[in-house]
Amino acid sequence: MSAEGTLARRSQNDATWVRVTLTTAAVLVIGVLVLIPLVNVFAQALSEGVGVYWDNLFNDHDTLAAIKLTMVVAPTALMLNLVFGVAAAWAIAKFNFPGRTLLTALIDLPFSVSPVVAGLIFVLIFGLQGYLGPFLRRDGYSAMPYLLSLLAVAVYVLMYLGLRPINPVERSGWWNHPWLATIAGGALVFLVTFAPQIYFEMWPKDASLKIIFATPGLILATAFVTFPFVARELIPVMEAIGVEEELAAVSLGANGWQVFWQITVPNIKWGLIYGIILCNARAMGEFGAVFVVSGHIAGLTDTMPLRIEKLFQEYNLPGSFAVASLLTLVALLTLLARVGVDRAEAARVKSAAEGTNELRS
Amino acid sequence: MSISIDRVSKKFGSFTALERVSLDVPDGELLALLGPSGSGKTTLLRIIAGLEVADSGTVISDGEDITNESARHRKVGFVFQHYALFRHMTVAQNIAYGLKVRKAPKKQIRERVDEMLQLIRLETLQNRYPAQLSGGQRQRVALARALAAQPSVLLLDEPFGALDAKVRQELRQWIRRLHDEIHVTSIFVTHDQEEAFEVADRVVVMNHARIEQIGTPQEVYSHPATAFVYQFLGNVTTLRGTVRDEWFQLGGTSVYLPVHDAVRNGAAIACVRHHDVKVHSTPSEVAPIAARITHVNAAGSVVRVELERADDKSRISAELCKENGIPPLHPGAPAFIELRNVRVFADDEAHVPAAPVQIASRSEGVLNASTEARSRHRD
Repeated sequence: MSAEGTLARRSQNDATWVRVTLTTAAVLVIGVLVLIPLVNVFAQALSEGVGVYWDNLFNDHDTLAAIKLTMVVAPTALMLNLVFGVAAAWAIAKFNFPGRTLLTALIDLPFSVSPVVAGLIFVLIFGLQGYLGPFLRRDGYSAMPYLLSLLAVAVYVLMYLGLRPINPVERSGWWNHPWLATIAGGALVFLVTFAPQIYFEMWPKDASLKIIFATPGLILATAFVTFPFVARELIPVMEAIGVEEELAAVSLGANGWQVFWQITVPNIKWGLIYGIILCNARAMGEFGAVFVVSGHIAGLTDTMPLRIEKLFQEYNLPGSFAVASLLTLVALLTLLARVGVDRAEAARVKSAAEGTNELRS
Repeated sequence: MSISIDRVSKKFGSFTALERVSLDVPDGELLALLGPSGSGKTTLLRIIAGLEVADSGTVISDGEDITNESARHRKVGFVFQHYALFRHMTVAQNIAYGLKVRKAPKKQIRERVDEMLQLIRLETLQNRYPAQLSGGQRQRVALARALAAQPSVLLLDEPFGALDAKVRQELRQWIRRLHDEIHVTSIFVTHDQEEAFEVADRVVVMNHARIEQIGTPQEVYSHPATAFVYQFLGNVTTLRGTVRDEWFQLGGTSVYLPVHDAVRNGAAIACVRHHDVKVHSTPSEVAPIAARITHVNAAGSVVRVELERADDKSRISAELCKENGIPPLHPGAPAFIELRNVRVFADDEAHVPAAPVQIASRSEGVLNASTEARSRHRD
């Protein structure tokens, strides 16, 4: 037997009392730092009875508004991050391009920047004293139709260039006149998207567009802080899977859309679900960045974590803990969902392995 | 569908994967691209499939230029080295995919899938997932998936590379039979010459981004066009020397070359297969090369002998038939070597030509040092 093996075994043998001590210490720490506070949240919330708890949550106008606002901000930020995260992970995992390392580092930036600083950045850009703030206040809504139409034109031009057949033989008609198609088609798209916005008065008149101290700012700040979750989950998954299955699908005649929905998405499904769960939990509980951009207008720009803090400052402990209990529930559900996803994946791997074994026996 | 590749080049950064490669594949042929790793064979296959875009040159299929056509319109069946089966789909779903994305009617898809399952003899496993299959089964599913949409060309990238020896042997014969049945133009990539010779109608030997030789397995084996092909086919001893008129000077000795053309006087490489090396115990006109036996291995159907030349200590291997009389062989004993069916090639390794060289014009010659003189075939 090698010396190393003996050593390893002896250290395991001798470690009985060490193991017991360490385990006890771990249990104690978890108990004091995690379990007791967790139970305490619910105990405090329900300390004056279920009726008061209910009133604190759903009969307090401002608290209800905070819950509703969180229900708007978190899913919206989640949707944004889903799109950005999948796109970024796709680009990083599947392509080799200049600036790839930089992009990978930038994805992690929100993890390393303090949320408060992130919030301040947005205030600096969109705030009343910021770079874009005054302009958006004044002309935000009147510029909106133009911006939206220009965005539509940009999407149209990109799609035209992206979908244009590479083979000159297949380029007939519209495909054969890139300049005409870009300019005339772009103008057409602009008009088609611009006219209805004006005609139906989609954007309010005589109102100023607020980003900071309003919902858009909350969404931006939340999205910024939670950006890495989806992308970070997906990059390793996508890198492990590689591009061969997608190439196989293309060679079988699938178009980009079919490849994405029928091959890529099913393959990254579990990573995606995992990312969504984590991202959502973080988005709902985000405090620092949101604190800076919110402005704390009760009933308007208070999200749940901000509401908790405000109630706490007002010495309304049961109210504060009632809202906190909701967030804690979300956390517990997240934990359960994570375990569920892990189990489902393990079961899938196991069943696949068993199938192989059965085959070999 | 016939395929014609015309002067295709491809670079990855500073690495040249293909340099002005031209190749014609007639309809219904089973062709092997044979070469060491990095020789550009897989790149060529991927360019034919449309998975890679050539830097220059054209790919023509049935007279139609498809160089810029995307992979999805080429009607190509591609079998990946590691199968690339869709892991979240069952065997049947995998096979059906090519028809599904082309919006074939459900009934037709079902019929075709059943037909393919029968062809690959996996009817009973059609609801399994790829992870539940063995390597050989996965390979067959990948093949069925590629064939289901009735491609006009079937491309296989190292189709047997990831399988163990026995399964590999079975699949080879199966693919050969399958091709005889369905006659779809097929190209496969391999680095195993045995595999190429056993399965293919014609073999393309590639090295360093170029084609070294194209021919039937018989032609390539009997008449390797270059020293590289000779060496790549294996069991060859190469000897460096100089050609002077009709003699090949090898260290202190000269070997008579009755027939050789195209090799100018100068540095040359002689190639001789192990079984064309004979060992004698006495020097003679046919066995002039003095050597010493270093190792004898008599296990197996032939006796393998390792020898060391007396003049420059270079090694020569011999494979002797047990039936013919073999002189007593002892390690350490002196011996004299007779070389049969030697071929010499100009030694241009020292000064590789900058311009691409047409294979047919490479200088080469056949030398026959023993009794039988053989006329040279040139294609």
